[in-house]
Amino acid sequence: MTEVRESVAGDGVAARGALLEARGLHVEFASRGRRARAVDGVDLAIGAGEIVALVGESGCGKTTLARTLLGLERPASGSILYGGTALHYRSRALRAYRREVQLVLQDPMGSLNPRQTVYEAVAEGPRIHRLAGEQEVVASALARAGLRPPERFFLRYPHELSGGQRQRVVIAGALALDPKVLIADEPVASLDASVRGEILALLLRLRAELGLSALVVTHDLGLAWNIADRVAVMYLGRIVESGPVDRVLTEPRHPYTQALLSVLPESPERVVLTGEPPDPTRIPGGCRFHARCQVLASGRAADAGVDGRCRSESPAVLRAVPDAQAACHYAEATA
Amino acid sequence: MSLLLLDDLSVTYRIASGEVPAVRGVSLGLEPGTALGVAGESGSGKSTLAMAMLRLLPRDARIGGRVLLDGEDVLTMKWGRLRAVRWAEASIVFQGAQHGLNPVRRIGDQIAEPLVVHGRARPEQARRRVAELLEQVGLPAWRARGYPHELSGGQRQRVMIAMALACSPRLIVADEPTTALDVMVQAQVLTLIRQLVAENDISLIMISHDLSVLADVCDRLAVMYAGRVVEHGPSREVFHDARHPYSRALAAAFPTVGDPASRLAPRGLGGDPPDPMRLPGGCSFHPRCPVALDGCSALDVELWPAGEGREAACVHARPKLTEAGEPATTAGEAP
Repeated sequence: MTEVRESVAGDGVAARGALLEARGLHVEFASRGRRARAVDGVDLAIGAGEIVALVGESGCGKTTLARTLLGLERPASGSILYGGTALHYRSRALRAYRREVQLVLQDPMGSLNPRQTVYEAVAEGPRIHRLAGEQEVVASALARAGLRPPERFFLRYPHELSGGQRQRVVIAGALALDPKVLIADEPVASLDASVRGEILALLLRLRAELGLSALVVTHDLGLAWNIADRVAVMYLGRIVESGPVDRVLTEPRHPYTQALLSVLPESPERVVLTGEPPDPTRIPGGCRFHARCQVLASGRAADAGVDGRCRSESPAVLRAVPDAQAACHYAEATA
Repeated sequence: MSLLLLDDLSVTYRIASGEVPAVRGVSLGLEPGTALGVAGESGSGKSTLAMAMLRLLPRDARIGGRVLLDGEDVLTMKWGRLRAVRWAEASIVFQGAQHGLNPVRRIGDQIAEPLVVHGRARPEQARRRVAELLEQVGLPAWRARGYPHELSGGQRQRVMIAMALACSPRLIVADEPTTALDVMVQAQVLTLIRQLVAENDISLIMISHDLSVLADVCDRLAVMYAGRVVEHGPSREVFHDARHPYSRALAAAFPTVGDPASRLAPRGLGGDPPDPMRLPGGCSFHPRCPVALDGCSALDVELWPAGEGREAACVHARPKLTEAGEPATTAGEAP
């Protein structure tokens, strides 16, 4: 592979205080006897108090990237940095790390134990980490997640709660450890439409009140528009476009981002990509998007004289900088 | 004449702990060749409504009112006639295509089944028709020999649509046909549905929690809350200028990317959709309603005219008419 790896120099957000950062990250799995490159060279930084949306379709590697940031998967190469220090995979270091960086799962019905009361569910983390004043910790976490008065919820079981309340319990479980970063995987995907806004508003309020950072993993661009400062669009293991939400979602430069935005309801002109997202065990050579790229297919890439590069040369890995950038030969040539 | 007319339809489930009024007096019409969207959240009764249209409800459901398909009441028709109507005149596409297909039968055989059962084709003709149907939904004919597990979620949903089309019905009821699909795959399936409706002069009833998707595909929209239609009218108008506060909240829950009003401002409703067994008195929406008046907890508002071709079940819809200079007195409550 001929890839430019400027990121190792460690400039970008890191220099200006990235709280959580992935550098040169590769994560691989064995899949039916083949090697799946689920995360295939990613640099990504989340600043203190920043909400970043990681957007992509299923199979693009966004959940694997999130799990690796949490220390739940070990990278094949590259590293995770928290507060500028590389993450160690010894159990004690991991335990301390997981207090700071908390996971909020989707599908609260699946992630809550139906036989556990709300109190037990939220107290689990504090017990593992042997925090003092358990009852107070639980009450304050529930209150911060918007379940007030918290005592009223202590002895309730998940089935007695609504979908929105269950999602709040899951968030309270994360808040109980006083984390600095929340990593939320599709936090509202299983919720009713009218309830969704309240949960997203909660994430914004936690950022405002506690200064929490968040990485929100989603397939929903509207969600990114609703709550994120920055967005990173992932395709087949790589971030193909990133930058401030206002910029990337209103003037997308990567053809994939353009296509994703174009199929939203109300959009004037649809670019419906054919085929399913390709397979991480067979990442195409050249630009990984070239086989589905509407700009290449329309001949516009050829007009700009980059079609040869689209087919043969992988665009450079995007660096972990806050500015808008796209990993696309055509976007670069026509900028 | 309407192709389908729901006349004061009600469905009540009898369960061990009492009665669950899932649909409470719904009247809706569908003109030939048009698409009607039914929007609502969990517990709104929208899926029960879909099942009732083809009399697919479980035995413990008590059904009232009429479902007229081409003037013939589906609810009272003889069993043999009902069998002929299902598939041949009206068919249904369920959500969760994963479970709708038999995993151990070839795809082609499953699509051919309604054809053969309805005596529409001998096996040889059926094979040809299956190839035709697969092509119509954008799948290669050789897929007929394959099994469901070899297909992706989007492809399985296409197979379900091919099955629904098999006997060339005049009406298709699609219950959340794109839920659980990725954005791009969802766009592919929606494009397909739009095309099929336009080219084959099929009428469509599409059910979803996503008002923005419905507004995009359907001519008219009905918004359901707690078993009732609370607003009904032309799609664009209901989506962009809802008369009922619930429709307004539902529309705002799916932000338009690029709309400054929703940037970093997720909008939702407080509270949760009501439990059908414990419906609030008066207007069932009043506990969550941002514009509720004192009287709303006592007054059960029925649909009344709210503009041309529009109806809304809200006290606020009426003063609007008065302001517009139309005679509010003759607007008339429901009889």
